[in-house]
Parts: sequence; C-alpha cells; structure tokens
Amino acid sequence: MTSKKRRRLAFAAALLLAGAGAGALVIGALRDNILYFYSPSDVAARHVAPGVAFRIGGLVKNGTVTHGPGADVHFVVTDGRAQVPVKYTGLLPDLFREGQGVVAAGALTQGGVFDASEVLAKHDEKYMPPEVVTALKRAGRWKEGEGGAAP
Amino acid sequence: MTGEIGQLSLCLALALAFVQSFSGLIGARANAASSRAIASGAALGMFVFVALAFFALMYGFVASDFSIADVAQNSTTTKPLIYKITGVWGNHEGSMLLWVFVLSVYSCAVALAQRGGGRMTAAALGVQGLLAAAFLLFILLTSDPFLRIDPQPFEGAGLNPLLQDPGLAFHPPMLYLGYVGLSASFAYAAAALIVGDPEGSWARAARPFLLIAWIALTLGITLGSWWAYYELGWGGFWFWDPVENASLMPWLVATALLHSALATERTGAFRTWSLLLAITAFSMSLIGTFLVRSGVLTSVHSFANDPERGNFILMMLAAAIGGALALFAWRAPSLRSGASFEPASRETALLLNNLFLVAATATVFLGTLYPLGLDALTGEKISVGPPYFALTFAPIFVALLAVLPFGPRLPWRHGNLREALRILAPGLGAAAAAAVIVFFVATPQSLAVAGAFGLAAWLIAASAIDVFRLRRSGALFKAGAFASALAHAGLGVTLIGVAGITAWRSEAVNVLKPGQQMQIADYTLQLDGVERVATPSYFANRATIEVISDGHVLATMFPQVRQYPAEGQATTETAIRTTGFEDLYVALGDERSSGTWVVRAYVNPLAPFIWFGGAIMAFGGGLSLFGRLRKTKAAPAVSTVAAE
Repeated sequence: MTSKKRRRLAFAAALLLAGAGAGALVIGALRDNILYFYSPSDVAARHVAPGVAFRIGGLVKNGTVTHGPGADVHFVVTDGRAQVPVKYTGLLPDLFREGQGVVAAGALTQGGVFDASEVLAKHDEKYMPPEVVTALKRAGRWKEGEGGAAP
Repeated sequence: MTGEIGQLSLCLALALAFVQSFSGLIGARANAASSRAIASGAALGMFVFVALAFFALMYGFVASDFSIADVAQNSTTTKPLIYKITGVWGNHEGSMLLWVFVLSVYSCAVALAQRGGGRMTAAALGVQGLLAAAFLLFILLTSDPFLRIDPQPFEGAGLNPLLQDPGLAFHPPMLYLGYVGLSASFAYAAAALIVGDPEGSWARAARPFLLIAWIALTLGITLGSWWAYYELGWGGFWFWDPVENASLMPWLVATALLHSALATERTGAFRTWSLLLAITAFSMSLIGTFLVRSGVLTSVHSFANDPERGNFILMMLAAAIGGALALFAWRAPSLRSGASFEPASRETALLLNNLFLVAATATVFLGTLYPLGLDALTGEKISVGPPYFALTFAPIFVALLAVLPFGPRLPWRHGNLREALRILAPGLGAAAAAAVIVFFVATPQSLAVAGAFGLAAWLIAASAIDVFRLRRSGALFKAGAFASALAHAGLGVTLIGVAGITAWRSEAVNVLKPGQQMQIADYTLQLDGVERVATPSYFANRATIEVISDGHVLATMFPQVRQYPAEGQATTETAIRTTGFEDLYVALGDERSSGTWVVRAYVNPLAPFIWFGGAIMAFGGGLSLFGRLRKTKAAPAVSTVAAE
C-alpha cells in the first residue's frame, strides 16, 4: 500500500468514525429530547402520562385566566372539544389574551394540570401559531381567515 | 415615479444578469477574451441597476410613498428616520432585494478585483450571474417590491416593532453580507471545476471574499444573539431556534472552509474537499434563506406565508445545489491532488477541525430539519429543543476546542507532536489551574463547569503563547498567525460567557406593588412605580426600579412594555445594568390585579463575554483580511486577487 493510499484510507476511516459517533449522539439525543405537540383532544385521547414533557396548544378559554399566588397564572387551553388546565409561573407573553391562541411547553402533574415551564411568545395580534391552527382544524373549530377569534 | 424607476432597473438588471452569465461561461473557454470583458461590464452594470432599484425602494420608505404596497404595509409616517430606512429590509420583498443587492456588490467586486481577469474569473462571474438571474426572477415573479396599490392609503400599517431596534437595524445586512458572500467562494469553486484548476488557485482568489463573508456572519450572529438577549425578555442568548440554526450552519461550514482552503492554498492538500466545502457552505446559506423566507418556519423572521414563494426557492435550491454537486461529481476526479502530509502536521490538525465542524453542522442540520421532515411526511408535530443540542453539538465542539491549540503549533507537512506539547505546556498548566480553581471556589460545584473554564483558559493561554512567540521573533504583525491567535482567543472568551451564564445565572419572578422589594443574588430591587409614557409610535408602561446593594442605591432601571397601536403588537424593553462581568437584567411583565406588576429579574454572570468574544473573533478575521490585502498589493505578481 502506498503512503497516499494509506492516507486516503485513514481519512475515510476517520470520516466514518466521526460520522458514526455523531450519528450515535444524534439518535440517542433525538430519542430522549423530542417534544411532541398535542392538542387538548390529543391529551385526552392518548392518556399522556404525568411527567412526560410535551407542548400543548389551543385557545385560552374565555373567563378562565386567574392570577396568584405570587406570579402564578392559571388558565384553561381548549380546542373546542377538550380542555386542559394550565399553570404557569412567570411573565406571560406580551399579547397573552383570553380567546387567543397559545402554545405552552411543560408536563402534566398527577392532578392532570399542565405545569408549563414556558408559554410561547406571540408578538402579533394577527398571528396564530401554526400548530394551533392545525389542532383547531382537526377539532372542526377553525374557519379560514378567522385569525384569533374565540370559539 | 420612483416605483417605476425601481421596477425598470430590476428588469434591466435581470437582462444584464443573463448577459453576465452567458458571456462569463463562454469566456471560460481559452480564446474568448472579448466575452470576458463583456462579463465584467455586465457585472458592473447589474450592480448599478440593482443599486438603483434598492435606493428607489429606500426612497419610497423614507418619503412614505404609500402608493407602493410594500411601503404601505411595512412603514408609517410616524416612525423615526432610521427605522424607515431599516424597514426597507424588515419585510420579505425588501429583504430579497437586499439579498440581490449584496450579491451584485460581490459580483462587481469579483469583476473589479481581477481586471482583465482570466478564464476562472469569467466562469465565476458566469455562475454569479446565474444566481443573480434566479433571484431577480424570484423577486420579479413572486415578490415584487414595487407593486402599486390604488387607492393609496393615508397611513401605512407599520413595521414589526420587534424590528424597530438599533441592534436589529444592522443584523440583517450583516448576515446577508455573510450569507451571500459565500456565493463568491461557491462561484470560484464552480469556476475551478469548470475551467480545471490544477494549482488550486481558486482558493487564493476566493479567500478575501470568504474572509469578508465569515467576518460578516460572525458579527451578524453575534448581533442577533445580543438582540435576542435584550429584546425578547427571556434572558437567554441562544434558543436553538431553527432561524438561529439557519445562520449557524453556514458559519460552521464557512469556518471549516476557511481552514481547509488554507491548506489547499499552501500545500495543495484537501483540494477536492475544499471545493466540496465551498459548495456546501453556500448551500447552507440557500437552505437558511429557504427556511427563513419560505414560511415553513414561523418566527419574527418569516414575513409572509406564500407557498408559491417557498416552491420557487425550493426549486432554485435544488438547481443550485444539485447542479454544483453534479459538476463536482463530474469534474472533481480530474483534479486529484497529490500533496502528502504526516500524521503530526498542520494538515492533520486542520483535518480534525474539518471533521468536527462538519459533524457539528450535521447535528444542527438534523435537529433543525428533522421536525420539518416529520411534519411533512406524517403530520406529526414535534420540536427539538436545547437538550438535544446540548447532547450532540456540545460534545463535538468540546472535542474541537480541545485539539484546536495544537494546530497553530504544528508546521505544514511534517511536525513534531512532542515539540508542540512542550510549547503548549504553560497553556495546559493554565487550563488545569483554571479548572481546579473554578471547581473548588465556585458554587454549585460542577465538573462540567470546571471543564468548560479549563477549556476556555486552554484556548486563551495557547493564543497568548502564540502571540508571545511571534513577538519574540519580531513577526507579530506580519503573520496571519496573530489574526488566528486572536480569533481562537475570541472563541475562548465566548466560551467563558456561555459557561458563566449557563451555570451561574439566578432568576427571580415576583409580583410587586409600588414600594415593594424583591431579592435577586446580592441585589434588592424596589419598584417605585409604573408610569404611562406616550410617543408617536407607541405607548409604554415604564417601571422605575431602584437597585439596592448593601444599603446603597446603586442605580435606577427603567424596564418597559410597549404597545404599538398601528401594528397591533407589543414588545418588552428590558433594562440591563452591566459591570462588564455581570449583567443585572430586569424585565417588566403584565399588570396583575390592583396596580401590582410582574417583575422578572436575572443576574447573568459573565454574559457580556459572549458577544465580546464574537467581536474579538471578527476582529481577528479583519486583521487576516487586512494582512491579505496588503500582501497582494505589495506583490502584484500574484495579480489574480489584486483586490481594490
């Protein structure tokens, strides 16, 4: 084997090794760190276990937002068919409103309350998170061009 | 009238782009000197007309000409002048026009840099012409910035208030200067494949453009991260948002190319690999443009969701990347390089650099596109968050940084690892010392954090050793080695900031009545009151918060929440008090019952180092560029890149 061939072989081997290493990392990391998106109907249908992290999206149900104690916020997310109570501590996005679309990340508690670690910011009154649009469409509560109207 | 001038200019620019591509590609043949001259002329002409169109649109924005739909939808008369100007690229149509404008600047620079240019320049101009033609067609067919509306509204709809910010005014042009700058090395790589370039001289010709693109990308990403930090009010500097990843991927590949092209230029190693990287780097730019502009992602960056545009960009993407890769597959085997090197050599170090950077890019690529692919195929909506990237990207980058300092210490072709270790011994000592001190002094005690600081010390100390040795040999400012030492040290500085904010940040959220206090780290924050402020473009709730430490009032901070009635949006304006080593970061939230307000505060140790490091890296790149241009000017014999 000439030194050139050996070098090329070593290069190919290194590339393969690095590729395999990165691949293993990626697969392992993807398996454990994917957040699924569920609508309130999905949560009911799939019996999502407490403690499993996921994202939930829908509309903030009218008349359900309550504050306190401290910086806690409670509200109910609905897609018109099912609903899930949500608890969040912290600053709400600037345009968090009753009747508006919202996406939150977190997990269910034993009591069936969604404990949100993050409520996704929404910066535009006209904007509706695309996942929420899909969820509402599936629940049959979405009218084209409706924007963020409450059901 | 301005609208028509702009429209006409765009059409003329399109025609010239076609002329440039045809004459450039014909000029790639041996005896077609007149074709080459035409290609250069067309590049200059295209630049003039695209510039005319760009400034026509800018004039429309500045003069609030609401008969132009783009202006009416994205501007108002009440905005300050600076945001009327930056509003030009704060929307889909204008930002695509900026894209093409930057492309025409680079194309013009390539034409000027090599007056009378050779076959390779002609071919590169031809490729740039093709790119410009594709993007100009895209603008004219799907995203015309000069469309009229009738009747003309009295007032415009305004600019997304998140974009009304000095940090963001220059973020998009910087990023585009980087994204599109990679088209120059792409064009040169394609030209090398077309013409056949046995010496690898394309790498030398493309280097100044690659450096400019890299510096701009570095600054653009740094600015974007800084903006996200102070504007979004979440206290974070990087969210692994797909749009952020779209800018990180070209940077990673461009960094790999910057290093491999160095070897190609010096010794002829990695000749085909560098070509492939040049193609990949610009492909990443195009993919980034597709992700951000097509509407597949929804973020502050995606201005409009129009499937027609997405399909058009996707087709351009497929044509450009597929075409380039096909060209590569066809022509690269004829360019086989022969330069050999030993295991302990600069080339091996650069090889490792490339392996790690490409692997890191691959993990980001997968994490960004897997959710999109899954959604497209199965309709399942998932998201891949920071934990994924912490598990994949971080280990690869740690490995990269650990071996990095050996590179500059190993000579080309044949080196001595033991000698390199001897030189670097003080650096290893500094790294160990930093890790031990952090491990025992800092709380909470963490091996990972200690390791991160050790790694940062290793990078900075190795660069310091480089500088010291260069100074002793009297070659400090001559060598590109000083520039690379600076850039590597900048990486270490950024790492310090990332480690500090990740490990030691404190956070507190409270609901306060005026007069009440809250604690965060060593500070006491007292809410004095919240007042209503009105300006022509927004209303704000402005809090007055006193920062008290050891019984003294240190400072008064004014975080705000702004409502923009014209745009129907709200933004958080954080207040940040920095010592250079630590940020006190305060954001005002919503009003809760009876005059109480949510206040969120962070103490972010070492946060400023993140952006400071980015600036050092860019400065290192700038020095390298400066040295390169001076050298080419001093030695006009290598007139292939006598850049102006």
